[in-house]
Amino acid sequence: MAKYLFLKHYRGAPASVNDVPMDQWTPDEVQAHIQYMHDFAKRLQESGEFVDSQALTPEGAWVRSDGEGKPPVTDGPFAETKDLIAGWMIIDVDSYERAVELAGELSAAPGAGGKPIHEWLEVRSFLTAGPKFTE
Amino acid sequence: MAAGAVDEAQLRDLIPGVLAALVHRGADFATAEDAVQEALLKAVELWPNRRPDDPKGWLITTAWRRFIDLARSDTARRDRELRVSDEPPPGPAESVDDTLQLYFLCAHPSLTSASAVALTLRAVGGLTTRQIAQAYLVPEATMAQRISRAKRTVSDVRLDQPGDLRTVLKVLYLVFNEGYSGDVDLAEEAIRLARQLAATTHDEEVAGLLALFLLHHARREARTRADGSLVVLADQDRSLWRRELIAEGVDILQAALARDRLGEYQAQAAIAALHADAQTSDETDWVQIVEWYDELVRLTDSPVVRLNRAVAVGEADGPQAGLAALAELDPTLPRYTASAAYLHERAGDFATATKLYAEAAAQAQNLAERNHLTLRAATLRQRTLGSHGS
Repeated sequence: MAKYLFLKHYRGAPASVNDVPMDQWTPDEVQAHIQYMHDFAKRLQESGEFVDSQALTPEGAWVRSDGEGKPPVTDGPFAETKDLIAGWMIIDVDSYERAVELAGELSAAPGAGGKPIHEWLEVRSFLTAGPKFTE
Repeated sequence: MAAGAVDEAQLRDLIPGVLAALVHRGADFATAEDAVQEALLKAVELWPNRRPDDPKGWLITTAWRRFIDLARSDTARRDRELRVSDEPPPGPAESVDDTLQLYFLCAHPSLTSASAVALTLRAVGGLTTRQIAQAYLVPEATMAQRISRAKRTVSDVRLDQPGDLRTVLKVLYLVFNEGYSGDVDLAEEAIRLARQLAATTHDEEVAGLLALFLLHHARREARTRADGSLVVLADQDRSLWRRELIAEGVDILQAALARDRLGEYQAQAAIAALHADAQTSDETDWVQIVEWYDELVRLTDSPVVRLNRAVAVGEADGPQAGLAALAELDPTLPRYTASAAYLHERAGDFATATKLYAEAAAQAQNLAERNHLTLRAATLRQRTLGSHGS
């Protein structure tokens, strides 16, 4: 059993096959896309493999400490940021192969023209907290 | 009877027998399991005030009543005939064999390992879905689905068919390996389940696995610091090792080995016993450990075992011999780089070791190990700089 993170990018991933931005889709196409994502998550819940799924707003701020007693400094958003995370899904599955299979399905969510987007999803594995048997 | 908190582990020891009794009376496994789980919750609620004289009998009666309710409402819903009734149980009363059958069922080969682990913890272990979900850091709803799917998968499996003990042992090994997170100590739970299993069978590998668990668990306190950081074997405070667990593990292992049917768990336990036997790190009998690794390679032909063997060779015959053994293996093996770093460090080649430790840290699969490797790299780098400066 291992947890994997699927990262969906607004920017920074290689171009999708069906590379039409969402704001140019018809309402039905958007609806179909949302339904697909919903059904996909539901199916994983039913198979006992779902952990979490969240979407993020495109705009964020950079924040850092400015030293003790001072308020944190905020900056940005920076338009030139190359990589931009759109959201994620976390799954708990038996194997890496299963994670790749599911990412493939998620990537096939319908987009413009009702055709699969074939977008690139980033698959990352979680570090577990502690070691297994070691000697 | 005395009032007070219920010993949950003791209570859960009764579960396999109770569940088997229901199945013996004709209950289907999935519904019976739900009924037993509810009876268990009732026991936790009621027993502190009034503990029954016959706890197991109480659980069977309570679970059976609950099962009848569940089966009736189920039947009503589906408009079907109730197949079972309050009639007395057919056939013999439940026995240790039933417990064994339950282990087989929950580790059935048709289940994925994740499902088999979850089902074993619930149906044999008597843990709640919430506890299992917390232990595996997934939402409760996800774990509930995983368990009910697993139950459906095995619903047609007859409980009287002989099962495969290897799959049961693998499931327990996975549970033990998970250690603990949340309020359930899965290592303790795996030991409890292995003890229970060992009481039902004389299989040498069951004994081997139990011995391995005990010998490994005995050193748990010494293995990590309070902050969760790793303490390597050589640096462990051996006074923290739990001698009673080591003695028990060694006894169980020796009895199993005497029957001369060696398997991989016995061989792993033998290695753990040799470590546990050494009063200091320097007294470790690495030559014998390498011999046991040779046995393990013969039994498993596992590349991971070969890797561990190479490290043991490094201790027995010196780091160059270890590096030579390592050179024959696939460098993409997990922990290959960490092992190479360690052997180079032992050989006094700190520059190479530093570089390899840093690489190994980037490849680590868990946080404690990554932190440990990063720290080794930093320590050696400082030492190298220091020696250049002086």
